[in-house]
Amino acid sequence: MNEWLVVAGIILAALSGVPGLVLSRRGTAGERLATGLLGLGAALASTGAIRTFGGVPGPGLSAPWPVPGALFAVRLDPIAAIFVLQVFVGSFLASLYGLAYWPQAEHPFNGRKLRLFFGLLAAGMGTVTIAANAMFFLLGWEVMAIAAFLSLTTVDERREVREVGYVYLVATHVGTLSLFAMFTLIESITGSFAFGGVDTVAHPVLASAVFALAVLGFGLKAGIMPLHVWLPGAHARAPTHVSAVMSGVLLKMGVYGLVRVGAMLVEPPVWQGAVVLGLGAVSAVLGVAFAIGQHDLKRLLAYHSVENVGIIFMGLGVALIGKSVGRPELVGLGLAGALLHTWNHGIFKALLFFGAGSVIHATGTQEIDHLGGLGRRMPLTSVLFLVGATAICGLPPLNGFVSELFVYLGLGRSLAGVNGTWWVLTAFAIPTLALVGALASACFAKAFGAVFLGTGRSEHAAHAHEARWPMIVPMVVLAALCVVIGVAPALFAPALDGAVVAWSGRAAHVSLAELAPLSLVSVGAALLLGVIGLGALGLRRRLRRVATTGTWDCGYAAPTARMQYTSSSFAQNLTRLFSFVLWPRTHAPTVRGSFPASTSFASEVPDAVLDRLMVPALRTVERMMVWLRWIQAGNVHLYLTYIVAAIVLLLLWRP
Amino acid sequence: MNATRILDLLVHLGVVLFLPPLLLGVINKTKAFFGGRRGPPLVQLYRDIWRLLRKDTVVSTTTTWVFRAGPVVSLATVLVAALLLPLGGAESPLAFTGNFVLFAYLLGLGRFFTILAALDTGSPFEGMGAAREATFSALAEPALFLGLVVLARASGSLELGGMLGGAEGTWAKAGASLVLVIVSLVVVMLVENSRIPFDDPNTHLELTMIHEVMVLDHSGPMFGMILYGAAIKLLVLGSLVVNLVVPVTGESLLLSWPLFIVGILALAVVVGVVESSMARLRLVQVPSLLVGACLLSGFGVVMLVR
Amino acid sequence: MNEFVDPLLVAVLLTNFFVLGTSRLRAAITGTALQGSILGVLALFVHHEIDFRILLVAGGAILLKALVIPGMLLRAMRDAAIRREIDPVIGFIPSLMLGALGTGLAVVFANTLPLASSHVGSLLVPAALATVITGFILLTTRRKAIMQVGGYLVLENGIFIMGLTLLKAVPFLVELGVLLDLFVGVFVMGIIIEHISRNFSSLDTSRLSSLKE
Repeated sequence: MNEWLVVAGIILAALSGVPGLVLSRRGTAGERLATGLLGLGAALASTGAIRTFGGVPGPGLSAPWPVPGALFAVRLDPIAAIFVLQVFVGSFLASLYGLAYWPQAEHPFNGRKLRLFFGLLAAGMGTVTIAANAMFFLLGWEVMAIAAFLSLTTVDERREVREVGYVYLVATHVGTLSLFAMFTLIESITGSFAFGGVDTVAHPVLASAVFALAVLGFGLKAGIMPLHVWLPGAHARAPTHVSAVMSGVLLKMGVYGLVRVGAMLVEPPVWQGAVVLGLGAVSAVLGVAFAIGQHDLKRLLAYHSVENVGIIFMGLGVALIGKSVGRPELVGLGLAGALLHTWNHGIFKALLFFGAGSVIHATGTQEIDHLGGLGRRMPLTSVLFLVGATAICGLPPLNGFVSELFVYLGLGRSLAGVNGTWWVLTAFAIPTLALVGALASACFAKAFGAVFLGTGRSEHAAHAHEARWPMIVPMVVLAALCVVIGVAPALFAPALDGAVVAWSGRAAHVSLAELAPLSLVSVGAALLLGVIGLGALGLRRRLRRVATTGTWDCGYAAPTARMQYTSSSFAQNLTRLFSFVLWPRTHAPTVRGSFPASTSFASEVPDAVLDRLMVPALRTVERMMVWLRWIQAGNVHLYLTYIVAAIVLLLLWRP
Repeated sequence: MNATRILDLLVHLGVVLFLPPLLLGVINKTKAFFGGRRGPPLVQLYRDIWRLLRKDTVVSTTTTWVFRAGPVVSLATVLVAALLLPLGGAESPLAFTGNFVLFAYLLGLGRFFTILAALDTGSPFEGMGAAREATFSALAEPALFLGLVVLARASGSLELGGMLGGAEGTWAKAGASLVLVIVSLVVVMLVENSRIPFDDPNTHLELTMIHEVMVLDHSGPMFGMILYGAAIKLLVLGSLVVNLVVPVTGESLLLSWPLFIVGILALAVVVGVVESSMARLRLVQVPSLLVGACLLSGFGVVMLVR
Repeated sequence: MNEFVDPLLVAVLLTNFFVLGTSRLRAAITGTALQGSILGVLALFVHHEIDFRILLVAGGAILLKALVIPGMLLRAMRDAAIRREIDPVIGFIPSLMLGALGTGLAVVFANTLPLASSHVGSLLVPAALATVITGFILLTTRRKAIMQVGGYLVLENGIFIMGLTLLKAVPFLVELGVLLDLFVGVFVMGIIIEHISRNFSSLDTSRLSSLKE
């Protein structure tokens, strides 16, 4: 029954954009119908998912498919249910946001196309989460990847949008290729395309290959360093509600895949969990380091997605290590942390992107250094953005803190009572996570401060206005979720417990409530909010009469808004500290003569892996391949002859 | 909840609420002693805070509600953080597994809002101070956590009371690591409280301040809350060091609390001595010192591999 | 039934040679149409029991191959106002000789293949291979784009014949698939021809190499 609800949701989502194609280009009926259908589908699918948490997972549905080895098989277990909720709620809120952000009236020529592919994207992701057969999984995966490509290149008249689209397309297909290889290997071990157990003890080399391919394929989708090269550009250039879904939900499909593979591996060796943990730690630190150097608001948020996926991988690594050494408390804490952080990141990242979208829609620019002082002109957006920023830094009493606490506890538990030296890895992972949190605070202080506080730095900021209700309502919902999960995490423990049981299979299970102090976290959060509330009330009473004046400017005669600290200046200390990985680029002017005229200075932090490593390497390869140009003479007949020759060769070749 | 527990809780609250300004008074007296002066009275900060709370306020036109939220949040977070610590050696009022994470992140929350309040004024001075504060505290966090990791591994507990309380056992098992951890925790304490050698609390040059310049535009009750919060933060971070050095166990209330208070006052004297005998470091050298503190704690972790 | 199959296949081979040797575009297209209708009739004869599905396949083949597609091509020809094929890459006589060589090789090759018992000795597989080879020759050696489309049609006819041998083993989905493939292929080619003629004012595909740089 639950599976049927989710399938119905998927079908509704896929069809949500279709009515708009036949309706008028100038009217609003198409977009409202799309959001309505997607909302109905989301409601059905979410009901199905939530009902799974309480009961026992069923055997699933399946329908035959003529492709050999394939079935249209779906199965809804608690792990899938967690991701189904995220897919549908996130897509629906983004679609609602799109009503005001990308209305048909403002974008008559690409609005309907965007809504069609957005619906297909949601449907593809839904299929990926409930598929129980490898071929069906890959079908949903490709639909999702291509729909995402088509959604993000909505404004394909612009060259930079096309370029990031191509990078995304290449990256996602490299991932899909490795997934094909991985599923083939799994089929050779287990004998079928269903998601069965992969016996790592019997086939050590093959299972290690499966693991490596899974990390490659799913890591490319999830955006782990150094496979993240498509992420910053794609998320920065896509329409903002598409960026929100890509960042909040699409990346998690890679996480889901790796979680499934982790569940499939029976008795994985310890090094596999350590690799995932290490990759996660590196991604987290480098992701936030790169984020600090960005001055494009959406690129900054994109790099934070890399960081948070790193934290999720750290939790997953702890869970894998726990599975290897047979310690269920590590599995429970690590996996609960990873899955809860998946939800949390989806929530606060979407919230942040929606806030950024409001800013972009109101001011017309993404450059942080052109903004400023928007807190006065857009008060609701600034408060909601602040909630999201506080949550993403993992600060109490919001939800980011709870999931990071689980990861900390998982890492901390692995310190005690363990022989051998691999605990040193977890010991150093703890301060790494702390460093990540502190750097994230610095980065978001910079972002929030430069955009919403102070005074406007340019004309763009002067004409800002508050967003309309379809943009505000999703943000309020997400902010409320941040607070609820942060203050009352015990509400969500049953879902996480169910997922842990489903993941670890038959092993002994310790419930989350015993492992983590959920109720005391709530007490602490309530205490904190209470003290803050008391302090605020007391201060209000004291500040009845308040005089105002200008900011202290040390006696300067004419201070201007341009004298404020910009985001680059705020980040400069940290960028300089991390310059050995960031490789920042500055375009400094050469000053000539005694009375130099006006000039300009620019600094940026390009993506080191893409712009400083891969592109130069590929250019060198291109230069070396010039001598092979004669094969491509441009002659159609020659190409046809090649085809004929190949066919003849194939016919004659008898192995 | 027996009577000793309630008494312990009351003494804990009393120490947290009323002792901190005395610490700053002790520091100032020590510095005055080294300078051959009489210095301000020990209770001066109490008088300052009381005076500020009764004054009127002036705020800048550029600011929003974030400016007023900064002092409130920073004081509230440091108060709640103080409840997580086992000051008198007994259990802390809010003890649970993993409360060391909440402790560090509460301080982080306070810092986050102080930085935002500073950026709210739109002044380049506050921006400068905020940027430096963000950088230095980002480097200090790993040092703090590495020290906590050593304590966790050595004591086998993931709760601050267990980590700091079982000091004797920890000294026996991991004495060398503990010395390194104490040194790095002292460095963290100095950085977070903006003492010399990281920041000079007595300077009045905006371009050279870190913490002082972040609160430049606050006045009246808000400034009073900030001073009070800063004093409590000194108590909170200093008590980490004191609980490790001085063997305060929770066995007898009569013995452990006075021992703790003597210890924290002695630490204040030590801070005063450090402030009088060193000059402030150049700003570009500060990250090196912080990384050095991280390395010390890191060595402490490595030395536990046995 | 088999006594009609072989003569029909011989007729198909003869149309191959006709299309290879003619220089008039209209004649070549009519030749492919004729080939298509022969194949439609052949589909009826290959099977021992005729039911609705086979009638559908045969009817669809005749409709598409003999009427719709040649009609579209002739109309395109009229719009582009071309009559003759200019010199092909290797000349008409050499094309004919290549076609003959190909047919011979097809027969020889088919004898070495492990075929099902009902097909050994029948002309089905050799005719299929020979038609495919003819189609390839047309594709690679003709300059005018419409002639190359004709070559594609002949190629698809060859695949259709090969599909006829499999009709018992695989559902008639294959046949419909081939027809769909044909339709879509010609559709796409039509669009491309339109673009070529618009950009180059000619349908000579060797001009396309100027697009290279």
